[in-house]
Amino acid sequence: MSATTAPAWTKPQQQANWLVRLFDWKPFLAFACLLPAAGLLLVFLTYPLGLGIWLAFTDTTIGRSGYWVGLENFQYLLEDPLWWNAVFYSVFYTGIATIGKFALGLWLALLLNNHLPFKSLLRAIILLPWIVPTVLSAIAFWWIYDPQFSIISFLLVDKLGILDNYIDFLGSAWPARFSLIAANIWRGIPFVAISLLAGLQTISPSLYEAALLDGSTGWQRFRYITFPMLMPILAIVMTFSIIFTFTDFQLVYAITRGGPVNSTHLLATLAFQRGIPGGQLGEGAAIAVSMIPFLVFATLFSYYGLARRKWQQGEGND
Amino acid sequence: MHIIQRRAALKLGLSAAALTAFGASAQTPIQAAAVPEPNLPIESGATLRMLRPVRFVQPDEEVFRANAAKFTQKTGVQVRIDFVGWEDITQQTAVTANTGAGPDMIIGFGDAPHIYVDKLVELTDVADYLGKRYGGWLALAQRYGKKHASSSWIGLPFGATAGPTIYRKSAVTAAGFDRVPDDHAAYLDLCKKLKAANKPAGFALGNAVGDGNGFANWLVWSHGGYLVDEEGKVAINSKETLNALNYLKELYPTFLPGTLSWGDISNNRAYAASECWMTANGVSLYFSVKNDPATAAIAADSEHQLLPKGILSESPMSGLTLNAMLFKHSRYPNASKAFLQFMLEREQYDPWLNANLGYWAHPLANYDASAVWTSDPKVALFKDTMRSTFYNGYKGPLSEATGAATADYVMVQMCAAVASGQSTPEAAAREAERRARRYFRR
Repeated sequence: MSATTAPAWTKPQQQANWLVRLFDWKPFLAFACLLPAAGLLLVFLTYPLGLGIWLAFTDTTIGRSGYWVGLENFQYLLEDPLWWNAVFYSVFYTGIATIGKFALGLWLALLLNNHLPFKSLLRAIILLPWIVPTVLSAIAFWWIYDPQFSIISFLLVDKLGILDNYIDFLGSAWPARFSLIAANIWRGIPFVAISLLAGLQTISPSLYEAALLDGSTGWQRFRYITFPMLMPILAIVMTFSIIFTFTDFQLVYAITRGGPVNSTHLLATLAFQRGIPGGQLGEGAAIAVSMIPFLVFATLFSYYGLARRKWQQGEGND
Repeated sequence: MHIIQRRAALKLGLSAAALTAFGASAQTPIQAAAVPEPNLPIESGATLRMLRPVRFVQPDEEVFRANAAKFTQKTGVQVRIDFVGWEDITQQTAVTANTGAGPDMIIGFGDAPHIYVDKLVELTDVADYLGKRYGGWLALAQRYGKKHASSSWIGLPFGATAGPTIYRKSAVTAAGFDRVPDDHAAYLDLCKKLKAANKPAGFALGNAVGDGNGFANWLVWSHGGYLVDEEGKVAINSKETLNALNYLKELYPTFLPGTLSWGDISNNRAYAASECWMTANGVSLYFSVKNDPATAAIAADSEHQLLPKGILSESPMSGLTLNAMLFKHSRYPNASKAFLQFMLEREQYDPWLNANLGYWAHPLANYDASAVWTSDPKVALFKDTMRSTFYNGYKGPLSEATGAATADYVMVQMCAAVASGQSTPEAAAREAERRARRYFRR
């Protein structure tokens, strides 16, 4: 076989116009495709966030633009017992409510994962508390917790005669705090339960079969199969849940308005109370900004603490 | 003969002039002086939007809308009126003022025009006209309508509602009193006896715009205390306030349970259910029990009385005032002014006043003659609501800060902290002072 001696074929040089070349240039294309999303984020996320942070360093009130006051707002908050009280209750509220929601939500998910009659109908009903607008359920709870006309007091005192006096749910600090947490848990369970149910259904039944052949108990199957396999989705759901709970506003504002005597103010309701009815936009913004470190910490915790396991990323044993 | 005729003619002319001037017209007993109207050429193509607090009695809304429709008929200007919940009106006013967009006019509460004064159109021409025409603005109306220490009007008060004591005659009589006593010691004694008879009194100590501030203000004022002095310096941490808070420590245990979480509506419900036998409220409570056959007996047994005077010579009771304001961002300021003026003229205002059954008391002196004040003897008390010299933020100038301190419940929470046992009176007064200082720092 002789080597071919034909001259190498060359592509006719076609000069594409500059627009085509520009769009063929990968960095530009990526930039152009990102632009709409980035624009939306800038306008609707970065700008309000930036404005909020800027306001926190001014003494703006409603009706008057403010002057730069540096850290004055934050210094005031640090010596403001109401702010400390709101920090405490926000953390407490988030902590207890999250534990409650996940304990009950996981339990509910496990129950729903069994074969039940009317499975889909049941799952739809479970979602109801989550679907109902928060303010509506808040008003329902407001009635349930009413000092004079509570259905719970009515049942316990007038119908069953277990108690002698009506329960004063919202009249003093601790009962009010726990009442709100109960309302939040009731509202949050469906989200957790349905999300975890979705996670449960991705777990391969063959794992359970293998475990059964090995003679495992129910608790062992939960502890060594269900729970680890659920971990990734648990981490995501928990991150969301913590953020939603920490920034909760409607339930508290509709039921207690932060009372009695400010004992149930969350940072979000306190920020609103100071910023809008109180008119101190700068101070309200400072309170809102003071939530950011907590949120960042909570997000990092649930993300790194729960999700970054080696085996989840395919790197062998844990 | 000639002379007599001329005199007769003169008399006739005079009485005709008097008739037009003080026209005692058939529909309304309200006197009105003939005063030239301010010149307000309505902009062409004007349409108006107004926000106002939601009604308490149904005819309020009906008559208000009918009056607005009359204005549309007369001028061709469409007016859209939105009724907003009481607790939302503050926020909506804030947003409107801050964004410079939204309704042309808002009827807000008392201090609002003083908070947003930079964003408002002055209403002095309309106010002066109405004042001259209807015998002058009453004390509370002047306080809320005019900028501090000036004669320029930034708000047009539409009426005020006060929350006097409403009590069950039978319970107070059974406790051995013929009326609610004015001095603190006897008042406490009455409350104790009511509690002992299981017919307790109750006053809102929760974050309630009207009732909560009403009670907290009464408590402090009737002991001679006040939030700020005449110059606007914070003066809440005083001996008088401590007296008031120490008094509250004894008074609070006589209330029915739960008042710390009471909102504006809670005492109405408790009173109508005969759980609470003495409270302070606007006339709405009386009518709601009167109009429901199930509770009509409660209304028959109810009496109104001004809040106890305490150590003062006048009952320290501020009125929650409807205060109309006109925003600079309105494209039709003349039409808006004409509308506000139209609504306060006797042909419109008197029917509206009557429709409210006494819930709102008039800001202009001549409306004293309105039929509403003789319609039910139990309501007559409310006629003088706007003659009060007490107001939220007494006795400083109304400002952004007084409004903010009221909206942030500084006084209410001071009282609630003591009532709940969370703070000592000294600590609560110091805390109120600290919070008030922050608001009054400029």
